[in-house]
Amino acid sequence: MLRKLMAALAAALIGGAAAAAEIKPAVVYDLGGKFDKSFNEAAWMGAERFKADTGIDYRDFEIQNDAQREQALRRFAQQGYNPIIAIGFSQAAAVEKVAAEFPEVNFGIVDMVVDLPNVRSILFREHEGSFLVGVMAAMASKTGKVGFVGGMDIPLIRRFACGYLGGVRYVNPKAEVFQQMTGDTGAAWNDPAKGAEIARSQIDRGADVIYHAAGGTGVGVLQAAAEAGVLGIGVDSNQNGLHPGHVLTSMLKRVDQAVYKAFEDAMKGQFTAGIYVLGLKEDGVGYAMDENNAPLVTPEMKAAVEAAADKIRSGEIVVHDYMSDMSCPY
Amino acid sequence: MTPLPRWVEYGLMPVLNLALAFLLAGLVVLLIGESPLEAVRHIIYGAFGYGEGIGFTLYYSTNFILTGLAVAVAFHAAQFNIGAEGQAYLGGLGAGLACLALDRHLPWWAILPFAMLGAMVFGMVWGAIPGWLQARRGAHVVITTIMFNFLAASLMGYLIVNHLKVPGNASVQSRTFEPGARLPKLEETMRLLGLDIGGAPLNITFPIALLACLAVWILIWRSKLGYEIRVFGANPTAARYAGIRGVRITVTVMAISGALAGLMAVNPVMGEQNRIFLDIPGGAGFVGIAVALMGRAHPLGIVLAALLFGVLYQGGAELAFEMPSITRDMVVLIQGLAILFAGAMEQLFRPALLQLFAPRGPGRAG
Repeated sequence: MLRKLMAALAAALIGGAAAAAEIKPAVVYDLGGKFDKSFNEAAWMGAERFKADTGIDYRDFEIQNDAQREQALRRFAQQGYNPIIAIGFSQAAAVEKVAAEFPEVNFGIVDMVVDLPNVRSILFREHEGSFLVGVMAAMASKTGKVGFVGGMDIPLIRRFACGYLGGVRYVNPKAEVFQQMTGDTGAAWNDPAKGAEIARSQIDRGADVIYHAAGGTGVGVLQAAAEAGVLGIGVDSNQNGLHPGHVLTSMLKRVDQAVYKAFEDAMKGQFTAGIYVLGLKEDGVGYAMDENNAPLVTPEMKAAVEAAADKIRSGEIVVHDYMSDMSCPY
Repeated sequence: MTPLPRWVEYGLMPVLNLALAFLLAGLVVLLIGESPLEAVRHIIYGAFGYGEGIGFTLYYSTNFILTGLAVAVAFHAAQFNIGAEGQAYLGGLGAGLACLALDRHLPWWAILPFAMLGAMVFGMVWGAIPGWLQARRGAHVVITTIMFNFLAASLMGYLIVNHLKVPGNASVQSRTFEPGARLPKLEETMRLLGLDIGGAPLNITFPIALLACLAVWILIWRSKLGYEIRVFGANPTAARYAGIRGVRITVTVMAISGALAGLMAVNPVMGEQNRIFLDIPGGAGFVGIAVALMGRAHPLGIVLAALLFGVLYQGGAELAFEMPSITRDMVVLIQGLAILFAGAMEQLFRPALLQLFAPRGPGRAG
């Protein structure tokens, strides 16, 4: 019996080692591109970190148009890449099709659910992270007025906005929150001039903390806030260092972690399919603290945010998910 | 303008332009430390080397043929239609609505006429309005069509986000059409040629685009309306003197142009994605301008130029795939150089070529 167990263990180890030597991971970014200063870039950072830690190289591809999604996924699958991680909700249809064609290959998709036995769907509870930065914004605000600048007007971004609103109202039920979206098309992700314009108009109306969930557009939002001497809040990656002393915090969405984990699991032969929802509890979202924003965050603010975070983790506070019913009760 | 021999005008000049574009692109590839020859090999192989590549090349070409025809038709009446992008986007709405309304009741061949009609009518309206504004109000068609591109993008964004989107789904797109409403791919036809197009979305829009070429040729060179269009394009004053109504020609030509651009959307909407989605034309409307210029506004030239850009698109994807140091943006640069030299600066070599080839008539001293 023991011998059998040992043999099985050895086989598993050898199998694992062989798999570790063989893995050829790949990433397919969304239209925003690898260096969007936002979540595609976060995916890239995760892949780079994996490469630095393990020495295993990966391949990536930036699509140029919608027809290329499927093409790129299929090419990677044909050439033996495994696992293949697709970044962004727009890839869902392509992943669904190609993953069905290659049942032996493991796929991953971020921000969307593809219900297939070889696909890991990775979702984030952005509303929870947004709630926390909302708490911090309401405490940092002296005017009782705060702003939100979204990128493209889609439910996913309204989910950020709703969580933020919830956090602000949690601290100050009478707070005024200005919510604006940059546009209706993909261009809204990359229009810093318009982002700055919207931020300035919110500042003129009295907002003194502005949170953005607008990809490249947000660079302009943070810039405008810094110029006007008010506070901005970054998103996705840690953007505190963009304007030290003027970025209150950043809502972190750990896409890098998700990519790293998927690669690592594949390397260990432990890749599992299914739906992974990464919230506060799973460290999938959070808020950024570093030396750039340390002087801005008072001990009371930190305590309040931590208290709220604990309550969210324990389920005492349930942050409303806009996408569950397409409405925001706050 | 002094005429050049036809083979110079239609053969040598585009080839020279392209050669210069590729030379510059090759230099850039050299600068980032890669072999340009290797890059060319990947482009050619990606575009023609295997069945799926050819399928993608022809799929992209289909888009460019139709938008190229759209720009060319307007060009014959001296109207510069920059709005094929927006017209195609609206065309996508027309085609998509027809599919969404009928896909649960009819097979694809019964839906196709409605989808084409929807695409053409929506594109036509989006083209005719700038035409009318030009003819009646003197608002320059270049400016208005550019503006109409933005209007189309905003309108479509609004419609998709607020009305067409599947509730509870993050993707900004309509529901997917039933399988029966999807255009058949040209798999069988291509297999007769010994090619397996694999996952390439080449579909029957391609022969439809070729038929559109024939129709445009008949319209421009074999019909009374076409004659009026060409006369008006050559000299509006003379045309008016000859009893040709400028307003009618301008509006008609922009409507036809918009309809052709709109028709393009059938390819991605009904043939590839099978849904209404954001940015349906994906830049094909702008490539159409280069295609029309390079093809000298003639259907045959347009097919060739569209093929070239199809090669650049599909070969470019292959290039980015096979040579990771050549990024997506590099590929856009190479495509941009081709557009710049073959489209925008197509007359670059004319003075030199005139020196070489122009017949020295008695009217020209020295």
